[in-house]
Amino acid sequence: MPYNEPHPAETRIISKRFGLPNSASLETFMANEGYAAIKKALGMTPDAIIDELKASNLRGRGGAGFPTGLKWSFVPRTSPKAKYIMVNADESEPGTCKDRLLMEFDPHQLLEGMMIGGYVMGAKYGWIYIRGEYRYLIDIMDRAIAEAYSADYLGDNLHGTGFSFHIRTHSGAGAYECGEESALLESFEGKRGIPRIRPPFPAVSGAYQSPTLLNNVETFATVPAILLMGGAEYAALGIPKSGGTKLLCISGHVNKPGVYEVPLGFPMMRAIEELGGGMRNGKKLKAVVPGGSSCPMLTAAECDGLTLDYDALAKVKSMLGSGGMIVLDEDTDMVRVALRIMRFYQHESCGWCIPCREGTTWLKKLLTRFVEGAGTQSDIVMIGDLAKNMLGRTFCPLGDAAAMPTISIIEKFRGEFEDYLAHGPKPRRSYVREETLREEALAWHGQAAAIPAQPTV
Amino acid sequence: MPDPVKLTVDGQQITAEPGTLLINAAKQAGIEIPAFCYYEGYSLQAACRMCLVEVEKAPKMMAACTLPVAEGMIVRTQTAQVAAARKSTLEFLLTNHPLDCPVCDKGGECELQDMVFRYGAGESRYTETKLHVDEKQWSPVVFFDAPRCILCFRCVRVCNEGMGVGALGVINRGAFSEIAPNMGDHLNCDECGMCVDICPVGALTSGIYRYKTRPWEMEHVSTICTHCSNGCKTTLGVRNDHIIRGNNRDRSGINGEFLCIKGRYGFDFTDHPERLQAPLIRRNGKLEPASWSEALAFTAKRFSELKANNALFGIVGSAHLTNEENFYLQKFGRQVLNTNSIDHQRSGDVVTLLDALSGTTGTLAKVEDFYNSKAILVIGADLALEQPLLSFQIRANFRHRNAHVFTVTAKEVREDKISFRSVRVQHGEELAGVEEIHAQLLTEQELLIVFDDSVKGASLRRLVEIGSSLPYAVKYCCLVDYSNSRGAVDMGVLPDLLPGHKPSETPGLTVEAMVTSASLDALWIVGADPLAGAPFAAEKAFIVVQDLFLTESAKRADVVFPSASAYEKSGTVTNVCGEIQQLKPAIRTMGTKPDLEIMGLLAREMGVAATMGQWVSSKVFAEIQSQVAGYAVPLPILSTGGAAQSMPVNGRIPVAEHPELIRSAHDNLFTSGTLGRYSRILNSVLENPRPQ
Repeated sequence: MPYNEPHPAETRIISKRFGLPNSASLETFMANEGYAAIKKALGMTPDAIIDELKASNLRGRGGAGFPTGLKWSFVPRTSPKAKYIMVNADESEPGTCKDRLLMEFDPHQLLEGMMIGGYVMGAKYGWIYIRGEYRYLIDIMDRAIAEAYSADYLGDNLHGTGFSFHIRTHSGAGAYECGEESALLESFEGKRGIPRIRPPFPAVSGAYQSPTLLNNVETFATVPAILLMGGAEYAALGIPKSGGTKLLCISGHVNKPGVYEVPLGFPMMRAIEELGGGMRNGKKLKAVVPGGSSCPMLTAAECDGLTLDYDALAKVKSMLGSGGMIVLDEDTDMVRVALRIMRFYQHESCGWCIPCREGTTWLKKLLTRFVEGAGTQSDIVMIGDLAKNMLGRTFCPLGDAAAMPTISIIEKFRGEFEDYLAHGPKPRRSYVREETLREEALAWHGQAAAIPAQPTV
Repeated sequence: MPDPVKLTVDGQQITAEPGTLLINAAKQAGIEIPAFCYYEGYSLQAACRMCLVEVEKAPKMMAACTLPVAEGMIVRTQTAQVAAARKSTLEFLLTNHPLDCPVCDKGGECELQDMVFRYGAGESRYTETKLHVDEKQWSPVVFFDAPRCILCFRCVRVCNEGMGVGALGVINRGAFSEIAPNMGDHLNCDECGMCVDICPVGALTSGIYRYKTRPWEMEHVSTICTHCSNGCKTTLGVRNDHIIRGNNRDRSGINGEFLCIKGRYGFDFTDHPERLQAPLIRRNGKLEPASWSEALAFTAKRFSELKANNALFGIVGSAHLTNEENFYLQKFGRQVLNTNSIDHQRSGDVVTLLDALSGTTGTLAKVEDFYNSKAILVIGADLALEQPLLSFQIRANFRHRNAHVFTVTAKEVREDKISFRSVRVQHGEELAGVEEIHAQLLTEQELLIVFDDSVKGASLRRLVEIGSSLPYAVKYCCLVDYSNSRGAVDMGVLPDLLPGHKPSETPGLTVEAMVTSASLDALWIVGADPLAGAPFAAEKAFIVVQDLFLTESAKRADVVFPSASAYEKSGTVTNVCGEIQQLKPAIRTMGTKPDLEIMGLLAREMGVAATMGQWVSSKVFAEIQSQVAGYAVPLPILSTGGAAQSMPVNGRIPVAEHPELIRSAHDNLFTSGTLGRYSRILNSVLENPRPQ
């Protein structure tokens, strides 16, 4: 369960309704400042709302961290074409599980954020593109949307204000690539999920070649809070240039993995020690993936004194990304980590461009061979070399996402690769944990023979 | 016109029109930026990443195929970083490529081979297993070998955008991505082979070419397709007097690289086993093989006797013959056999159009006008199936220039998909449809009207009136059926018109009249089949037939001469737009002679060689140029493989209209009268409507 009891070190802005009884219901939402922001927004000019967003220093929470106010101002609001609102809920980055909670516990907050976007852009329609694996979240969102329609918070001429807005959910079909905004739009339009050539950016030519405001779930969900508290006050929660709070998804070898909301600039070690409850089994920290599997790996030494914000992480040549923090302890086999990451990207490469399609496939095969004990000294050089040949040369950032962690692992943990050559493949660890999981599953199903032990890398 | 943009590529100052893609701007300056997926005329992909170049101030290398030039841009294409990127992209490409060049059809003309040779690494570092997928056959003419595929998506685009068919797509993901046909395991499409042609590697291969030869073992002969009237250039690959392949990779003709199934694959009638290879003479009621000298002497003797008796000769020319042959034939008839009963099967009312146009500002369209005209009105015809090149040009025009396409047809046509306005009419009421959109036509800037045999005679005159009422010059194209249907009219293979559309003083019999006239004494049929399925009235008439096959008419003949096909002779043909192009002989088939030579030898046997002149196509063409108005085109254009449009007549043609004689066969891509019946490939594709 990624949601834990609130921790005192958290600053709960967008997660403030998490954990309330029946938090997904309109009733609970209305009792806690529900749809107050849209009421306030309707009394403001669109430009004033964008100015608030700019003042809030809110940056895109999907991973790229582009300033949201700026992005909103890029949408040609005077265009004669229809404008659309699109929510990227294709949360697929390994290590990231925040949008899930936002939709599960507070769907109306997201709807409200979209409505504000709709008001600013003069859009009448919005969609939430939810990854296919989040089937149950689609149901939750659909229920929330139905509630909002019945309470006249969605539909035409809402509460007589003259503002009309409609929202529908749209299911993805299980492709990581469709989290890339232009591929998402292609997929949304019913085509193969491959990225588009940019420019034009979706702000100018998005869904059905119309101006489209496309943001992450967390970004939209933050907008109501910003309007209510004021941009400057929100910005003040964080540090300069990285305004406000961010959901952190702490996973890996910690005692209390989960999603926590912290102000930007929060110290990383505090996040691990306090929020995450410290390292599991008292082990030592070896490495941290700071913002989802595509971010370059950080060593324990680099994490020391590091704060979690866009600029601090850029300084150590990594990224805050989506806030998917994966904590790895001293027993972790980094060669296997490299393989596991590459297996993911190889499986998710869309096949459009050559370096990503062939590079990830080659690297996966190479790393598999290496892990099985058939590696050579030249392979170590080649792993870094191939990843660098992908980096910056692919059509979309998926190739970079595969290359960056690989390059960082080979550079920072090269010794482990040498060990493989010297001592052969390492025994797999964490069997205990897997065995426990299996026993739990067996107890649940009550049938012993049905589930074979499945070794995974 | 906006000012050109100045930029620097590899230290060289170049200028380009604003909006030009960097890859093209560099090409214009003679700097090659390699690419697989970029293909001029089709949508941009930026998928292959071969064209990455360094652009100053850009944080990383940029794809030149999607980057428009900008003022002051500084580009470097020859740096170590660029070279390394190209090398690594090719290395990546080869990881799952089978490297079976020694047995691959494409070996020797493969873009991947060329690229690796030029930009690739000397050695492979790849030691893992390769993905393998078995080869698939999608149709009699298209095979797909997925491991060779580099996923440049050219085939998908040419099928979707170029052909308007969209029979190809992509399935699966990542390295398992594969091109797939529309019917799951096979294709249902135009079978044009454009996908095979555009494939840079040997992934898509041609059903009739595969494993036959290596490219460098063939001779390549550029000639004109003999099937429909579009006059596409097809480059025939010839080995050992067999045509193995047709394509137009060098884009040298009016068709660029376009070819339909007929031009690309429909040449195999030339070595059909039923091809006639010796003259036949009827003896005791049976056609028996004879020597050329015997058959020529026999025919000449009979012709001379009949001529001496003032016999009535009927002569049927053909829309498949060259201009020279048709000219020679009508001259033979008119000057030696003293008859004006010379005709051919007409498929479009060219004569009425030319007459109606005289005195107006209307002109005849060229094939390139179908690409250039801002508006096009299609009347009657299903161009995609009947006039594939014109249809291809219209689609390109729409894609690149957003042309306004109007269709007035009885049934749904492919142009409807891109049309500005479509009007459905009852067959025969096409003009009413044109009247309906008249107001909309008035707002256009220019117009090209293309019509088939549904508009002829009086309705054609009315169409020209409508065209003349528009506030701009209108171009016309009267659709005809076969490779030289237009030329046959110009050459005067008509009972009432001499060469150059000069009226004859004493009109002779039409084809229909010849067949039904009991008073006919002799019938000379060259390359046509007028007796098929028709009762022939003049039972005693002496019948001579020249053809490739034993047609229905040939079966009733007294003498049959085996002709050479259009791929086996020289001469010129005039396409649907009046553009004259030259044929080049690609092969020879034993025992056959070109029709011109057969007629010449007959003239010699009859002792009229002096009257008839030399039976060499260049000499006859010189005579045509002096006699046929509009054919005085520059010879260098023709001899270098170009197309020269004949000049319009520009004067009245005072002859009676015979709209009832104008009938198009409306052959589609997979049928074409006689030749198509003997093409195994045309008959083998499942789209062919005839039972196989």
